[in-house]
Amino acid sequence: MTRALRAARHYLPAALFLAALIVVWDVWVRVAGTPSYLMPPPGSLLDAFLDQRGVLPGHIRTTLTEALLGLALAALLGVTTAALIASLPLARRVLYPLLVVSQNIPVLVLAPLLAVWFGFGLTPKVVIVVLIGFFPIAVNTADGLMNADREMVALVRSMGADRLKVLRLVLIPSAVPSFFAGLQIGAAYAVIAAVIAEWMGASSGLGLFIVRSQRAFRTDQIFMAVVLIALISIALFVCVHLLARYSMPWRHAGAPAEGD
Amino acid sequence: MSAAGEPALRVRSLGHSYPGDPPVAALDEIDLEAARGAFVSLLGPSGCGKSTVLQVLAGLLAPSRGEAAVDGASTIGEPGLTAYMPQRDLLLPWRRVEGNATLGAEVAGVAREEARARARELYPRFGLEGFERAWPAQLSGGMRQRLALLRTFLMPRETLLLDEPFGALDAHTRRGMQGWLQDVWGRDGRTVLLVTHDVDEALLLSDVVYVMSPRPGRIVERIAVPLPRPRHGADVTAEVFVALKARVLAALETPGAGAVE
Repeated sequence: MTRALRAARHYLPAALFLAALIVVWDVWVRVAGTPSYLMPPPGSLLDAFLDQRGVLPGHIRTTLTEALLGLALAALLGVTTAALIASLPLARRVLYPLLVVSQNIPVLVLAPLLAVWFGFGLTPKVVIVVLIGFFPIAVNTADGLMNADREMVALVRSMGADRLKVLRLVLIPSAVPSFFAGLQIGAAYAVIAAVIAEWMGASSGLGLFIVRSQRAFRTDQIFMAVVLIALISIALFVCVHLLARYSMPWRHAGAPAEGD
Repeated sequence: MSAAGEPALRVRSLGHSYPGDPPVAALDEIDLEAARGAFVSLLGPSGCGKSTVLQVLAGLLAPSRGEAAVDGASTIGEPGLTAYMPQRDLLLPWRRVEGNATLGAEVAGVAREEARARARELYPRFGLEGFERAWPAQLSGGMRQRLALLRTFLMPRETLLLDEPFGALDAHTRRGMQGWLQDVWGRDGRTVLLVTHDVDEALLLSDVVYVMSPRPGRIVERIAVPLPRPRHGADVTAEVFVALKARVLAALETPGAGAVE
């Protein structure tokens, strides 16, 4: 109970500020008489949601599938690349510069090209999410593997551990926190990446929903979709955060023990 | 098994230079040995290469020249023959106390359940009872050091290499830990090579003290400590102890040797 209370007190200012913003928005739209195709009043977002609730689950499912599948593949590829970079000096020299250069290619402008290659289905969207999520995961995980405490590695070697045991006992656990740091960055962008990929042509998804709403001048629906996308993005981020916490219980241990 | 009379640990003409321009000479003609079950200290000023000797014996460092062997088997390029405890406790933060305690035993091939059972017997003596499920970050400095020692003791090796195990502790805790280590070792009976720069610590704990000069490290004197055991902190004022200490200090001040704390 006290914990819930403390959390409530912690988030109360932010919640109040957000509420105040919505009130200002509402009052401003009414007083200025702004037409709703330019700026809908906040209340109309809920109406739009209820109005569209029949088609929204399908769009959400599509976008979420693209984001999750892309993120999972990005994690798989990122970890594999990190392992190569960390264990083979040649791979480090070949891959690391390419990795950095690849970050300067704006992935989203590749979307039309991917549509040409892979059509309008799931694949091009997943590819975009993978391209965006891959880099932070690969770089962070590689750093984690390479920055493992050398003395810990030496200690475990002195015990008679071979390379595989050193990897299992020291290197992989050392890289877990940085892997999750990369995964969190990837998760933060995954949903947005999927939505923007859908703009280039899709048969389903929140990006398509936004494009359709725009053509119909349904600004209220665009706003509602934006809020939905933000909520889904936050939910995904929180899930990854919780997964990280669960995977690293030692980071959240209680107070130090007393005495000697 | 080694031949009778073979020392548990032997270092011969060990020399090492770290590569560079010019190369840095760290060790010069080190000779030392430890009889089976003996407690031997390597005493010298900071930076004299004491730790380098341990790294060679732990199989982590291939020296420029000379030999190092445990039970007659060369340790050069051969890790896994000794139980080595580096200066830092190097507890794995992602393993609980019990996981850290049995780490070395597990790597050496002891079954996890067997290692855990053995650890459980020793927790009380190492002052870790009730903390088996704690994370290293939750332990005090003294407890971390005792856990690192427990990890070392639980390794199925006949020779223990301890590199300034109490270096990071405050003077008071340190005195307590020295008495405790003497007790733990007395019941254990394995060979110990301890590296330290603390004269009292070396004399209180050891059967033999090797005194080293500053870099490049050489053995300047081998001093047997015939004091009866168990020894107590108060013994540092005993006549024999004071005489031995004077001898150690004189050895440390031989030409080329520097001051120690």
